[in-house]
Amino acid sequence: MNEQVKIDIDRAERTEKLQGMGCKRKRVEDIRFTQGKGSYVDDLKLPGMLFGDFVRSPHAHARIVSIDTSRAKALPGVIAVLTAADLKPLGLHYMPTLAGDVQAVLAEHKVLFQNQEVAFVIAEDRYIASDATELVDVVYEALPCIVDPFKSMLPDAPILREDIQDKMVGAHGPRKHPNHIFEWQIGDRQATDDVFANADVTIKEMLVDHRTHPSPLETCQSLASFDKVKGELTLWGTFQAPHVIRTVVSLISGLPEHKIHVIAPDIGGGFGNKVGAYAGYVCSVVGSIVLGVPVKWVEDRMENLSTTSFARDYHMTTELAATKEGKIIGMRVHVLADHGAFDACADPSKWPAGFMNICTGSYDIPVAYLAVDGVYTNKAPGGVAYRCSFRVTEAVFAIERAIEVLAQKLGMDAAELRIKNFIKAEQFPYHSALGWEYDSGDYHTAMKKAMDAIGYTSLRAEQAEKREAFKRGETRELMGVGISFFTEIVGAGPAKNCDILGIAMFDSAEIRIHPTGSVIARMGTKSQGQGHETTYAQIIATELGIPADDIMIEEGNTDTAPYGLGTYGSRSTPVAGAATAVAARKIKAKAQMIAAHMLEVHEGDLEWDIDRFRVKGLPEKFKTMKEIAWSAYNAPPPNLEPGLEAVNYYEPPNMTYPFGAYFCVMDIDVDTGVAKTRRFYALDDCGTRINPMIIEGQVHGGLTEAFACAMGQEIRYDEMGNVMGASFMDFFLPTAVETPKWETDFTVTPSPHHPIGAKGVGESPHVGGVPCFSNAVNDAYAFLDAGHIQMPHDAWRLWKVGERLGLHG
Amino acid sequence: MIPGTFDYHRPTTVESAVALLLQLGEDARPLAGGHSLIPLMKTRLSAPEHLVDLAAIEGLRRLEHVGDHVVIGAMTTQHAVINSTLLTDLVPILRETALVIADPQIRYKGTIGGNCANGDPGNDMPALMQCLGASYQLTGTGGHREVSARDFYLGAYETALAPGEILTEIRIPVPPAGHGYGYEKLKRKVGDYATAAAAVVITMAAGTCTSASIGLTNVSETPLWAAEAGRILVGSTLDAATVNAAVAAAEAITNPASDMRGPAEYRTKMAGIMLRRALERARVRATV
Amino acid sequence: MTKSHIKVTINGKAVEALVEPRTLLIHFLREQQNLTGAHIGCDTGHCGACTVDMDEMSVKSCMTFAVQANGAAITTIEGVANADGTLSALQEGFRMMHGLQCGYCTPGMILRAHRLLQENADPTEDEIRHGIAGNLCRCTGYVNIVKAIQYAAAKINGTPYQEAAE
Ligand code: FES
Ligand code: FES
Repeated sequence: MNEQVKIDIDRAERTEKLQGMGCKRKRVEDIRFTQGKGSYVDDLKLPGMLFGDFVRSPHAHARIVSIDTSRAKALPGVIAVLTAADLKPLGLHYMPTLAGDVQAVLAEHKVLFQNQEVAFVIAEDRYIASDATELVDVVYEALPCIVDPFKSMLPDAPILREDIQDKMVGAHGPRKHPNHIFEWQIGDRQATDDVFANADVTIKEMLVDHRTHPSPLETCQSLASFDKVKGELTLWGTFQAPHVIRTVVSLISGLPEHKIHVIAPDIGGGFGNKVGAYAGYVCSVVGSIVLGVPVKWVEDRMENLSTTSFARDYHMTTELAATKEGKIIGMRVHVLADHGAFDACADPSKWPAGFMNICTGSYDIPVAYLAVDGVYTNKAPGGVAYRCSFRVTEAVFAIERAIEVLAQKLGMDAAELRIKNFIKAEQFPYHSALGWEYDSGDYHTAMKKAMDAIGYTSLRAEQAEKREAFKRGETRELMGVGISFFTEIVGAGPAKNCDILGIAMFDSAEIRIHPTGSVIARMGTKSQGQGHETTYAQIIATELGIPADDIMIEEGNTDTAPYGLGTYGSRSTPVAGAATAVAARKIKAKAQMIAAHMLEVHEGDLEWDIDRFRVKGLPEKFKTMKEIAWSAYNAPPPNLEPGLEAVNYYEPPNMTYPFGAYFCVMDIDVDTGVAKTRRFYALDDCGTRINPMIIEGQVHGGLTEAFACAMGQEIRYDEMGNVMGASFMDFFLPTAVETPKWETDFTVTPSPHHPIGAKGVGESPHVGGVPCFSNAVNDAYAFLDAGHIQMPHDAWRLWKVGERLGLHG
Repeated sequence: MIPGTFDYHRPTTVESAVALLLQLGEDARPLAGGHSLIPLMKTRLSAPEHLVDLAAIEGLRRLEHVGDHVVIGAMTTQHAVINSTLLTDLVPILRETALVIADPQIRYKGTIGGNCANGDPGNDMPALMQCLGASYQLTGTGGHREVSARDFYLGAYETALAPGEILTEIRIPVPPAGHGYGYEKLKRKVGDYATAAAAVVITMAAGTCTSASIGLTNVSETPLWAAEAGRILVGSTLDAATVNAAVAAAEAITNPASDMRGPAEYRTKMAGIMLRRALERARVRATV
Repeated sequence: MTKSHIKVTINGKAVEALVEPRTLLIHFLREQQNLTGAHIGCDTGHCGACTVDMDEMSVKSCMTFAVQANGAAITTIEGVANADGTLSALQEGFRMMHGLQCGYCTPGMILRAHRLLQENADPTEDEIRHGIAGNLCRCTGYVNIVKAIQYAAAKINGTPYQEAAE
């Protein structure tokens, strides 16, 4: 074997041993999860722990005439029953929302949505607590309710929020009506109107992204334990953003922040559901402070689906203007946003409609204008980002549906129209008409790869044949080809435009190398299944040359982890991942100084080689990171402090803009309305890929949620404001049988501003998947002039389309 | 979701079970697999003070071919139905139906007797029993009586069971060898009740339909036996016009609720479509 | 209400306890026996997160009263690992094939797959998908769960597992 081969083998072996970036490292978390040794909130048990349960409103809108808790209090085992009257003297009957509104913790004079929290029963166990909720007697006087957001601002609409009736300037400017929350506008209205007035072709469509819910398999829960002697509160909970929760708890309880210990243990999925603060958290805290013993609150599924954080409910009037050759020249969108009874969106503070202004999508659209009106209705509060960056699913749905509507009007192929309007690779960084700076992209390459992989041309040919066969009555099946080419905007975000409650949306990492060369690192984010314990270690392994197996990652304990804004909006990799790389590089810089001292050379004479610094030209003279670590504690160079650790608070210079090309082939049974996904192909570009196995898993999961959202999942209300189907019987979560099989693919366009070029991927498949399914369905019926078909595309709704089109004979 | 309190009884004989039920009266409910009752109790829509668990009664798991009938004990689980070669040989539509009920876990516990007796219009077995012309043996303190499945269902959760009575056995006349059958169920996902479903058993001779029986699931307050639709088919070659007429007759007797599965008019039409498909499958399967 | 005295075998260990008749098996296991591996996901018998093995049946323990388990032998996720403490074939399969993310559905999924493989040692993909249709997963999209079960089946059967080409 010659020398060079030996060296190559040695380097390959050392690289493999690290299990660093780019490898399919098996997950660290799985060792405990596969053995049932995860530790989720409801697994925790403290001595003397009590249980809380809510009394909830059966009405969507009603005045509370009286609340009588005496029968409940008399039940053996019941310790206390809290109502708004108990919370009010503490100033805790309302809590601030992340969107600048306030939300009732326990209803005071009125209830504003069905299942709203009215009283909190605390008992010795959950069975007694549940019994006692039945014994709280509440007298209501029903009021007329608003379910349809288009009726919220009618002159004679009942006023919902009497608590802010006189406050006609809200957190985001003037309110036009007592049921109006905000109006948010962006873009050049005049220029856009002018373009539309003179365009060859325009389209206008009301696109509804209906109300749904993230519903992670674990519901929201908390356990509060107040130590009266120390005046300290420990709060375990299902928190995607534990540090923010600590700040919020401090602000509303008046407890100093250093005396609050917030711990997010293992979390059973989040998908946006666990970003906000809920009445249950507050009540468990108040209960524990008042009683001096631990109080646990665990939501059941009905409560979860009907009270904590819905998503979507965007009614988007979407317009495109184009030349007759198919060049898009303008976009105009008006959104009516139904926020329910309180504005509890989890958006960065300055963005009442999230990043809806990414709605120009992957296209070079010169002018655009967007206006969003938020209104109150008698429905559950929320408006969270369900597996997407803030309102990005809505935005991508708007543009990706609208472009298909335009293609049809132009008589053009929908893929061709997209390609014609793509932002070109050389245009990046690209400034969009609605104010974003896209960092990087290569859309044409991705699209071509995807079209080749799916066999686009032959699919269209097959479809043409099937359509003829359908017209001849030879088949009762319609074939649809769905396309979605999305651009995500993730990794919030730069302090200049992103904060939550005034806290800039940085994130953080703290890395400590121990004398023996093993590592503990802590981040301000919090995994809910994304595998952070595995992937952050891979970043550090590659950066510092220490095997990932020797690196422990810890998140979720606000006492030990550096402050961070949490995990949602695909921000962990773009922000905390960057912080991790930067902190590691700080350590590496110091390690280089130590190595130089050890090897008695100048720093500049050293070069990094996988897991060591070696002297340039003398590869046999080196010090491994492990050796350097020992030296750092044992014999640091003079004038250098001992130890080897670093912290980084990373404030991203820009968002990252992952993108992808998705294709779906669907066959719809016209007689039943049942749609079957024949193929689904997803090409994602998330920049540098840290762990391909985990990326693929994220894509599978996101696609499955997108499939559910598009094809049936919804939170529906009847005209009385009763929430329908708030259980897993009706709320559509597909099983392994309904879920399509996923094909995944990728291109790599690294982010130019991210230290390792990564962009975030967890939410792309959801964002890109929803319009892809909807486009497939719409495409199936397009040749019959069906017009836009609204989601969700469950069987009965598609059957009704067939009825409308006279397809059932 | 926590159920209310109750006392638990676990008799080992049918006699003691029915005596208990009679004695405890309205406040007592028999417990079989529990998958209908326990969810109602957890949401407190049902709050019985006594549960009489039938699980320890050995005699309720019979599975036998007796004369021209098969006899199935009420506590026979769906899982046992699926895995019974006796049933698969003699009445294969039972397995086809059991396989689309709920999910694997629930089929281990869910019993054929519970499915037939509790009167939930969403259950699949009742319409099948009507289709097969099955009868139920109801046992009370006074002994047994036999009620046809076609007469058993009076309304949603309302049946011919008298206070203190339980369904102990199901007797199914064995369909003739070579019969065609099909159970077609439209549902949103595994685990769901039917949007609509149809059970069909036919016999054919020389291309002509010689008998036909049709049951419909979850499109009314009770399961439906579509007698008229069956009559229309008999004597025909199952030609398009006849099938259309039978489907129209079946649709005419439906009266579904509008729910998250779809509006009433959809569910009625789906009953028709399921009937068409079940019938087509039955026709293909019929060997003479 | 009178409490009931029950005897059950849990993961091979005989256990006697007093329970209220209405105590659900899931709460009995989690709170009285401190076996917190099985979870509650839906409360209504739809998600399978609470699945345990009881007398050779996969059972949703949120839909079963502890008193109904009297006399039964129960296996929970805590009793699945090999005797020497190493991961069982299924546990290993879930890890190797990335069949889990948040891990909340995993104990129920593994217990269900365990029974499935007892009844059908070499299931097809379709049989696996129908076999686990009583278990919901919100994270994985099932593709890798199916692979995990195939991996375990191969390992148990002593046949090589060939991961489908990517
Ligand atoms: S918690 Fe038991 S099935 Fe969902
Ligand atoms: S891994 Fe999260 S629900 Fe399955």
